[in-house]
Amino acid sequence: MTTFLGLLNYWVVIALMMTGLYIVIAASNYIKKIIGLNIFQTAVFIMYISIGKVSGGTAPILTGQPEIYSNPLPHVLILTAIVVGVATTALGLALIVRIRSAFGTIDDHDVRESVNE
Amino acid sequence: MIVNIILLAFLLTTAVYISRITILFGAVMIYGIYSLLCATMFVVLDAVDVAFTEAAVGTGISTILMLSALSLTGSRIEITHKRKPIMALCASLGLGAALLWGTSDMPHFADASAPANLHVAPYYLEESSEQIGIPNVVTSVLASYRGYDTLGEVVVIFTAGIGVISLLGRTTRRRED
Repeated sequence: MTTFLGLLNYWVVIALMMTGLYIVIAASNYIKKIIGLNIFQTAVFIMYISIGKVSGGTAPILTGQPEIYSNPLPHVLILTAIVVGVATTALGLALIVRIRSAFGTIDDHDVRESVNE
Repeated sequence: MIVNIILLAFLLTTAVYISRITILFGAVMIYGIYSLLCATMFVVLDAVDVAFTEAAVGTGISTILMLSALSLTGSRIEITHKRKPIMALCASLGLGAALLWGTSDMPHFADASAPANLHVAPYYLEESSEQIGIPNVVTSVLASYRGYDTLGEVVVIFTAGIGVISLLGRTTRRRED
């Protein structure tokens, strides 16, 4: 039971990651692929934040009293990663808009067909 | 702990639902819900700064960007093809199994003696109020101890901004021709 509760977060994170990966590979629509990529990304965020959690700890804001704080370092890394993630999402969506104006579709299958023709 | 488990169950449900739904507007909206659930999860895990960044940037800006992309491309539903994605299923299940095997020797959740919580984190917690003078440790690590990371982040955002402008600026010019 302790192993189950101790590793549950990581297992669910892996399930979320693999759902994201599945969407990226299996979805034929490019916008849905981007959503899958974002799900994969947030799963990694949850994993990092789970690693930084300390039992009985609070948010790492110093109050002057001796308290247990959670690890602030993963929080900093993930703050950076969230903003970078939105930047890559914006770039991916801009590419999709360009693909739409060049091929008339944003479906992976149709784009491949028109490239082969 | 119970809130944690319930949130994880909700996250899994929304993620699986996104993989099944073919209406793109619905997929984007449910992604918004997924992202807000993530933000709630971060509050439960003591990462309040990350939670409001996720709620503002992950939920707000990402959803708006996806909705604008939907309206610019004029697409409504995902076309389902007859080819079944067995390869995708095998790849993700295989990789998932390998990763599950990898978790077997990970330190348990909320373990204070995990290696990740022993190295520089106690130093930041003990010294930052004297060296930097800001009560929020996340801010002092972000802006001071790891200021170069943040500078790199700005470079990435700048590059992405240039990319978006050059990609989308071109389409409008061509339409004018």
